[in-house]
Amino acid sequence: MRKFIPRVGLGAFLVFLMIPIYWMITMSFKTNNAIQTSFHIWPAHWTVEHYATIFSDPRWWTTFVHSFEYVVLNMALVLPLALPAAYAFSRFRFLGDKHLFFWLLTNLMAPPAVFLLPFFNLFHTLHLFDTVFAVAICDTLFNLPLAIWILEGFMSGVPREIDETAFIDGYSLPRFFIRIFLPLIRSGIGVTAFFLFMFSWISLLIPRTLTANGAMPFAQKMTSAISMSGIDWGILAACGTLSIIPGAVVIWFVRKHIATGFALGRV
Amino acid sequence: MDSRPYTNMAWLLVLPAALLLVFNALVPFIAVINYSFQHIYSPQAHLFVGWQNFEEVMHDPEVIHSLFRQVIFTAITLGIEMPLGVAVALTMPRGGRWSGIILVFLALPLMVPWNVVGFIWEVMGRGDIGLLGKFINDVLHINFNYATNGPSAWFTLIIMDVWHWTALVALLAYAGLCAIPGAFYQAARIDAASRWAVFRFIELPKLKGVLTIALLLRFIYSFKIYAAPFTVTGGGPGDSTTFLSQALSTLAINQLEVGEAGAYGTLYFLIILLISYLFYVVLTRSGVSNEESA
Repeated sequence: MRKFIPRVGLGAFLVFLMIPIYWMITMSFKTNNAIQTSFHIWPAHWTVEHYATIFSDPRWWTTFVHSFEYVVLNMALVLPLALPAAYAFSRFRFLGDKHLFFWLLTNLMAPPAVFLLPFFNLFHTLHLFDTVFAVAICDTLFNLPLAIWILEGFMSGVPREIDETAFIDGYSLPRFFIRIFLPLIRSGIGVTAFFLFMFSWISLLIPRTLTANGAMPFAQKMTSAISMSGIDWGILAACGTLSIIPGAVVIWFVRKHIATGFALGRV
Repeated sequence: MDSRPYTNMAWLLVLPAALLLVFNALVPFIAVINYSFQHIYSPQAHLFVGWQNFEEVMHDPEVIHSLFRQVIFTAITLGIEMPLGVAVALTMPRGGRWSGIILVFLALPLMVPWNVVGFIWEVMGRGDIGLLGKFINDVLHINFNYATNGPSAWFTLIIMDVWHWTALVALLAYAGLCAIPGAFYQAARIDAASRWAVFRFIELPKLKGVLTIALLLRFIYSFKIYAAPFTVTGGGPGDSTTFLSQALSTLAINQLEVGEAGAYGTLYFLIILLISYLFYVVLTRSGVSNEESA
């Protein structure tokens, strides 16, 4: 009995978390007529017309392609820069290291809204407006400090004796880093990639400002579709359902590390 | 004592990352500060006006009201999410087959894109097609419409935020609980300590570090909140749910008040920075005391 009540509470909380997601997923399989005129917990007639529309209409599916491009570009930019920087913070003391680290963290705290105007002007000047590059570069403002923070935590968990032994054995720093060190922190890289993925996948405010039709992500497409008259609920629900699939897949793979990834000494 | 070697060669490893951040964090921020002291009529015509923009922003009722709303919203949601998250973490089984599955379900709302979070609750809260709105209107017989009624809008946004973020607190607290050695619990059992005493004198002190981090993260993300409320209410009805980020983006992008937006942005960032710095100080202090006691 002592265990029973907490378990019921936990179960109720998980149900509370799942109901809205369930509601969106089932909605995406209902016809628009059924959504607006009848009220069914379980769809009376299943339809995949909304998914068919998304996958056949380039105005919809290209937005998902753009979002994937941001994510990949962002990771490609962030990881090679963050890995050596995190190693430096984890292994060495140097002039201004503490101040530099705090400055990195302040970028994590910056509200994106503050940077909208200068970004807008900057990328217009560089002729990168409405390209995936503009958004990917802007997102590094938040993702690069985050990656350094997480990686530093994982790297500090690896004993320094390993480095020292390798150097005595005649390894150079780059060779040691790639051959020995990276495999040791691969779960940390996984967790970092997971967070990088999430934060570029969900970004809305920056792409809203830096893109027009040429590089619009799905998040913005959904927002602009909502503000138009005559909302197409079914297609939005289908779009929302598609948008949570990558996150759900990634989370399944990192589920063992998720609690540590969130808690990690410093994060 | 810190035994890491002192070498300024380490700067070479940090330099590429630092340069990119100078380009896309420092330069834009300097630009924002630069705007904040000017009246900008066009890219060619601008005028230095000193502190005037700051004075205007600090007397602008829209800015003051959105700051006020922001503080209340953050206080309410964090006041619910922190205890609830700890409670959830305490009920979770540690280890075993179920814990992995529960973790995945818990983390799922955190993985939903923020505008989709908004969309989900935009639907849920509607009286015609949403479960929550329909339930409140037709079963509880309370008039509930977030598009026209301020309290309904607030209720929808708060329940949305609790849905979205409680799991973050729970995951952090859970990780903290898992790190408590079993010996502590054995000692408590020998002393026949009550469940409350175990929580108050063993678990809560050990959770202090992770809970400070949870509070810090929640505070930062709450103060930056934009996409989800914007999707549900668009800041309305009227401007009753317009928070800081939305007020700023309206000022900067829609009204093109570049100078005022610069002053607003500078102040906005400084507020977050100041409060985060206080957290950081508290956090590093508690870290030191943990090491001493360990």
